[in-house]
Amino acid sequence: MASNHESHASVGFYWMIAGILGVITAMEVAIFYIPAIGGALVPTLLLLSIVKFILVVMFFMHLKFDSWWFTGLFLAGLMLAVFMVTALIVLYAYLPRFRT
Amino acid sequence: MSDAGDHHYTSTGLPSWKIGFWTFIASECLFFGTLISTYMVYRTSSVQGPFPHEVLNIPLTSISTFVLLMSSLAMVLALDGVTRGNRKLAMGWLAAVVVLGLVFLGFQAYEFTHFVHEGLTIQRNLFGSSFFVLTGFHGVHVSVGVIWLTTLLILSARGKLPPEKALSVEIAGLYWHFVDIVWIAIFTLIYLIQ
Repeated sequence: MASNHESHASVGFYWMIAGILGVITAMEVAIFYIPAIGGALVPTLLLLSIVKFILVVMFFMHLKFDSWWFTGLFLAGLMLAVFMVTALIVLYAYLPRFRT
Repeated sequence: MSDAGDHHYTSTGLPSWKIGFWTFIASECLFFGTLISTYMVYRTSSVQGPFPHEVLNIPLTSISTFVLLMSSLAMVLALDGVTRGNRKLAMGWLAAVVVLGLVFLGFQAYEFTHFVHEGLTIQRNLFGSSFFVLTGFHGVHVSVGVIWLTTLLILSARGKLPPEKALSVEIAGLYWHFVDIVWIAIFTLIYLIQ
């Protein structure tokens, strides 16, 4: 049942996830300092941060093992937030009259 | 909450407190979404410096990011300790989360002080205003988390955090991990993508 307090994964698994998060962070910083990466920098950094985000949400916040109710609640807020951020950036980037 | 052992359950069979807290986290997504979008829109609109590339310290922030990520590991291990009824383990990892949270706040205090010395204040330009509001609110969230976890640590030390109260620690953990994922977004969008 989703509401129990059982361990959702082994301690070793959590250490492994933390290790992956640390390695991805190191990769992000390394990529930041590589000039040759050019236009691929932004999509690469976004992809790596999305992977970190998903790892924390799925395993540390236990959504992978928990009820879909919680995933639905979280995704509802997250999708609204992503839509709002994207909409505002697009509005200000492509519609100059929104700029003060 | 008076006693974590008498949680109320909804008709879904899920604890009402946990459903309520996930709803709160969803609303927090929108809260930080507004702050992040404001920063993204205004960061290049400053007419006077300092500008982001002149002051943002990537090596320093990388370390503080790593510290916060490792605090999330300590948090799940603390929950594991409480669930198993291992008080020493739970106390050790809860203390680790609190210490790592304080270290993160120390890094942020150093960064803010450094920026002010560089001439970047909340009133200086649009970059300063949106940066300090966004990272400041995140810092406030970390501070609240540190206070919350300290109270759990004290409860654990007094033997008042048995496995039946694991949901209390799980909820605090959800809050702490949320603060962590917000920082994952901030680190990439504000610091690395300049």
